[in-house]
Amino acid sequence: MSSKTPKRIFIKGNEAIAHGAIAAGCKCFFGYPITPQNDIPEMMSTAMFEAGGDFVQAESEVAAVNMLLGSCAAGIRSLTSSSSPGMSLKQEAISYMAGSELPAVLVNMNRGGPGLGDIGPAQGDYYQSTRGGGHGDYRLLVLAPATCQEAYDLTMDAFDLAFEYRNPVLILGDAILGQMKEPIIPHPGKTPKDKAEDWCLTGNQGREKRLIKSLFLEEGALADQNRHLMAKYERMKAEVRYEAFETADADLVICAYGSVARIAKSAVRKLRAQGKKVGLFRPITLFPFPDEPLLKLALEGKRFLTIEQNCGQMVDDVRLAIRTKADSEFFGVMPGELPNPDDLEGPILKSLEG
Amino acid sequence: MAQETLVFEPSKVLIDRPTHYCPGCQHGTAHRIVAEVIDELEIAGKTIAIGSIGCSVFLYNYLNVDAVESPHGRAPAVATGVKRARPDKVVFTYQGDGDLASIGMAEIMHAANRGENITVIFVNNTVYGMTGGQMAPTTMIGQSTTTCPGGRCAEREGLPIRMSEIIAMLGGVTYCERVAVNNVKNINKAKKAVKKAFQCQLDGNGFSFVEFVATCPTNWKMSPVKANERVGEELLPYFPLGVYADKLADKEGK
Repeated sequence: MSSKTPKRIFIKGNEAIAHGAIAAGCKCFFGYPITPQNDIPEMMSTAMFEAGGDFVQAESEVAAVNMLLGSCAAGIRSLTSSSSPGMSLKQEAISYMAGSELPAVLVNMNRGGPGLGDIGPAQGDYYQSTRGGGHGDYRLLVLAPATCQEAYDLTMDAFDLAFEYRNPVLILGDAILGQMKEPIIPHPGKTPKDKAEDWCLTGNQGREKRLIKSLFLEEGALADQNRHLMAKYERMKAEVRYEAFETADADLVICAYGSVARIAKSAVRKLRAQGKKVGLFRPITLFPFPDEPLLKLALEGKRFLTIEQNCGQMVDDVRLAIRTKADSEFFGVMPGELPNPDDLEGPILKSLEG
Repeated sequence: MAQETLVFEPSKVLIDRPTHYCPGCQHGTAHRIVAEVIDELEIAGKTIAIGSIGCSVFLYNYLNVDAVESPHGRAPAVATGVKRARPDKVVFTYQGDGDLASIGMAEIMHAANRGENITVIFVNNTVYGMTGGQMAPTTMIGQSTTTCPGGRCAEREGLPIRMSEIIAMLGGVTYCERVAVNNVKNINKAKKAVKKAFQCQLDGNGFSFVEFVATCPTNWKMSPVKANERVGEELLPYFPLGVYADKLADKEGK
């Protein structure tokens, strides 16, 4: 290996997330066992102590996410990870953290549902992730990596974004991403500019006491808080990220995110080799959703096919984005099925020719 | 004129403001005891209070310390997160019986069993106060509430839960005492217990728990005086006062 070759490590997506969190300066991890994300707590159970922090295997998903609430209130970079049924249990505290503006980072390795479902990949938690998921009006900043490297990079960014906006950030992967092994190139993150010392709880020595809460009973206070949050979610639109692949001259744009987007990309490559004018649009931030770039493609007269591993969820956001100019067809790979590029060729060709 | 001697001053950490608690409610007494202990141990500047859901959700309005609000029943988990993130701070929860002994049973049991180095102040008034007097896990047999209007019945609703006895059995618990504030003698004992509990945390000795058996005259539909009498006559025979766990005393052979 030459000295210029960057050091690469061959790891699972779950491990990439753990590595990313450690590199980002995460000090506390609280979790509960659930497949297919167990590599994350297993790794963090030693890594957090090595980082001078702490790790708790909580008695429940509910307790784990409330421990996260506590450590975030103390201003410390902290993480929890889970998978779909566990994420349902965490929604109460996620709502509280959004309401009290705490910079939590959470990972959901989406598995099949509803109910106990299965332990395979799925995208059925798109609505839960992007619509808040718990009670009340709130949004998470949602990042959807498609590769192990991206899982590593986005986990590092997630901590910066959580503290910048003082808002929970969700990394939404799935069983494919979590269990797939790829080489990644680790790198040092940016120097954190958390500014947590301006608001976090440390005891009121030498300053006024601080209160972190989501209860607003005074006349007009809750309305003001909701307006404040709404304005923050609007500001988050500056964080929109997406990948556009072969869309410039495409007649048909495939919209897909996460692992499914990666599988769709293989199908697009294969069809391009056959001279078919297809491209891929992959939202990387699911909230904020990349409305404007999609509308731009619609204004260019392109047609759309949204492919997801669910019964049709992100397709609503695609349709909202392009509603004045175009519509999107939908093809759903069902949770419980493992899609491969060949499965997607038929539906893509049908849309292209239809 | 005779020399005047100042014999009593309000707690420094207690905020001087009108109370939202009902007449005869003993949350006020429990708050004051906690405040005086924080004063005496000189820990206000490094204390973080963990609020809960119920009447005492407004604890943070009365104590001049940093505070964070928890979802219903989750205060011991939130306290765990705060303490693990900042082990040098003094962290305590303040929870009612609906919060701690019903919806938050899992969180309190496991925080206690892990031996988290936190202090839990548990106020048991045998009823859900803030929501209007519904049956709690600690409601006495025969006690009527808005959701057991004919009186709690053991066959249907089980027996009232005795938390101090349960908590004391868990391996991680260093100190556990049940107190009351129905008379001066008991108030003084309660303060000693709370001080011991906070000192236990300050010394890094692990989980400490103090249960207050307290009144809720409004939801008991009693005058404050009658409610206070009920504590001694009806509640304390079922919820006996005393120290249920004291590992430090055991160690010293006391």
